[in-house]
Amino acid sequence: MNVYIIGIGLSAPKKISPEVSFREMIYEAAEKAYLDAGIEPKDVDTFVSVSEDYEEGTAIFDEYVPDQLGAVLKPVHTICADGITGLASVFAQIKTGHFKIGVIEAHSKLSNIKHHFHVHAMALDPVYVRPLEVNPYFVAGLEMGMFLDSRGYDELDTAQVVAKNKANALLFGRSPFGSFISPEEVLLSQPVSDPLRELDIAPNADGACVIVIATEEIAKERKGDLIKIAGMGFAEFTPNIERWEGDADYLRIAAQKAYSMAGIRNPLNDIDFAEVDDTFSYKELQHLEALGLARFGESADLMREGFYDLSGELPVNTTGGNIGNGNLSLMNGLRAVYDAVLQLRGDAGNVQLENPETALIASWKGLPSSSGGVLILRREG
Amino acid sequence: MAQKVAVLGAGLTKFMRRAKETGKELSFEAARKALEEANMDISEIDCVVMATAPDMFDGVHMKGDWLSDGAGAKRKPYMRSYVGGGSGVFAIIHGWYLVASGLFDTCLVVAEEKMSSTMPHPQGAFNAIYDQFLERPLGVNLLWIFSLEMMRYMHVHKIPLETIALVSVKNKKNGLDHPCTQKGIAGNYTVKDVLNSEVIAYPVHRLMVSPVTDAAAAIVITSEHEAKRRTDKPIWIEGVGWCLDTSYWTNRDLYYPKYVEYAARMAYEMAGIKDPRKEIHVVEPYDPFAYKELHHLEGLLLADKGEAPKLLEKGFWDRDTKDGIPSCPSGGLLGVGNPIAAAGLMKVIEIYLQLKGEAGKRQVRREVKRGLAQAWGDLMQVGTVVILSK
Repeated sequence: MNVYIIGIGLSAPKKISPEVSFREMIYEAAEKAYLDAGIEPKDVDTFVSVSEDYEEGTAIFDEYVPDQLGAVLKPVHTICADGITGLASVFAQIKTGHFKIGVIEAHSKLSNIKHHFHVHAMALDPVYVRPLEVNPYFVAGLEMGMFLDSRGYDELDTAQVVAKNKANALLFGRSPFGSFISPEEVLLSQPVSDPLRELDIAPNADGACVIVIATEEIAKERKGDLIKIAGMGFAEFTPNIERWEGDADYLRIAAQKAYSMAGIRNPLNDIDFAEVDDTFSYKELQHLEALGLARFGESADLMREGFYDLSGELPVNTTGGNIGNGNLSLMNGLRAVYDAVLQLRGDAGNVQLENPETALIASWKGLPSSSGGVLILRREG
Repeated sequence: MAQKVAVLGAGLTKFMRRAKETGKELSFEAARKALEEANMDISEIDCVVMATAPDMFDGVHMKGDWLSDGAGAKRKPYMRSYVGGGSGVFAIIHGWYLVASGLFDTCLVVAEEKMSSTMPHPQGAFNAIYDQFLERPLGVNLLWIFSLEMMRYMHVHKIPLETIALVSVKNKKNGLDHPCTQKGIAGNYTVKDVLNSEVIAYPVHRLMVSPVTDAAAAIVITSEHEAKRRTDKPIWIEGVGWCLDTSYWTNRDLYYPKYVEYAARMAYEMAGIKDPRKEIHVVEPYDPFAYKELHHLEGLLLADKGEAPKLLEKGFWDRDTKDGIPSCPSGGLLGVGNPIAAAGLMKVIEIYLQLKGEAGKRQVRREVKRGLAQAWGDLMQVGTVVILSK
């Protein structure tokens, strides 16, 4: 059974959002997604929301999900993972044949968190790591150092990622984080945890995103492009940061599953563009290698040669990625799916690629996790 | 179309007020026992599902990720689903759809709860489940709102407190035969004992409330062809259902759990059950509070509204009933303990053992071909239901 994306809705990323509550942002995204799909909330058979209690500041957060989604007295549950893994859960439900239309929701209200480090720190192992009182960005700095050393890259290589994504975001024109900045200028930003600098980090943002997926039968009743979910995968590596190897194995494992489901043997040939997690600049390079979109130690060269530019052979993060759109926490993956669907439909404005057919979206749950998901979308007819 | 899904093995740790083991270790122990019973190795598991309730208990953000290696999920597809107290039964539903979809053939489902890390008492952590503006400032906890719901239920159906106390008497007696029961929870109590116990928030008495518990539970589920290859007597997942009501619990009439009814109807429809009172032979409704068992039996359509207490007085829900439906033969949360997510999966495991005829002293007297487990959670808001059959 094939499953399709039939509707997308976004409450656009912004730095702060004092004028709306998280509920209102979700409502906006849901209303747009239902309108786009041509459905009413009553038509939906199952809803999934992704959230983590500590980021919400509320325990058992799924309590506060149903009303604004139009999901009262319906099957609703939470998945505590990135948006793509949550989407995989709805995908699986539809594949059982017991559900026809499913909805996935993700949101970010990071501006509500006064001390984000404190929340991050609570995710470190309470016995072995937390007593060291390390700033979680220190963990990212360590991993970045390990990654750069193992490949022989330097900080100018990761600065290329920042320059590319911020430029794409400015061209796309939706986000407050876009700019034209040179890699050399990136290196002038404040050091955070050497070699990590301020501009290597995707800035926190608020937003909400809702995606509607459905069976082939429902999707084919609608006009316009058919966006098929051709493959998906998700995986966990290990929560023990001392065991990290700097290789993003979670995405390697997730991608294997997604490629085999989509019948992709050579991802570099078969994929037209990719939306790849870049919560930290080095993560984009690390993830590209884990996904097989560059060989070990070659992603930085390709980046420098413009291979991943808008005009390159495999454009990556065409709307700016997380560095350009903001870090939307668990919503990062769904924001990327939203933007990939815009590309596939030909609605990506200034950053529109020429007739793309196959997209890869890869997300990471964020610091200090080692889990993520991969989605392959294909436009039909 | 969905492939059939079977339960192949189950494992439980001991239920404890204060486990020395970490949450990871509890998960590991339950997972290992389930794999041993299924005669499988972790390398044969395609994906892992975790259920665990609030992160606040352990004080660990992204608790699902933290527990993952204990549950055997390293380098595997892994998801944590979460619907508060309903998570334990939701865990098998989550595993069901991952396998039924055809995406995976084998799934290890683990439910863990370590409540004792919260000092001085986990009830404090529950304040964080309420609305930040309207409710939290009142200093509410779960006992207060359940006393409201219990009062409403008793008022509408004119149920005497003595009848509610009978649930505690029944379950705490059943719990005596459970090998994992928490020390000091089960026992031969009388209605008088229950009513003489301390009033916590009227009409809730101490012996009507399930305790704080640390424990883990796990099951192995597989696709039809894997199950047939590995066992002659698979236990099948016939139907699942879940439903979430509005966040605004203050706007609902609490005397009846409509969300449980909707979840049950979904599961009955999937299982092709037309008359649940005849076709369900053993039931494990969620009983964190004594009245909740009766409340849920009505929501599950196994009794008319207001009738469950009367049937209780007649022994209809007893473990050795001949013509009734045995309810909470395990002892339930009141008789075994309430490690929130693990308690829900313990109920599923009880139905699994009853259907296999391996419940030992707890085996019900009547013949059982089909059983139902149910959990509930959030702000008196979510129902999760699974139906297993031989």
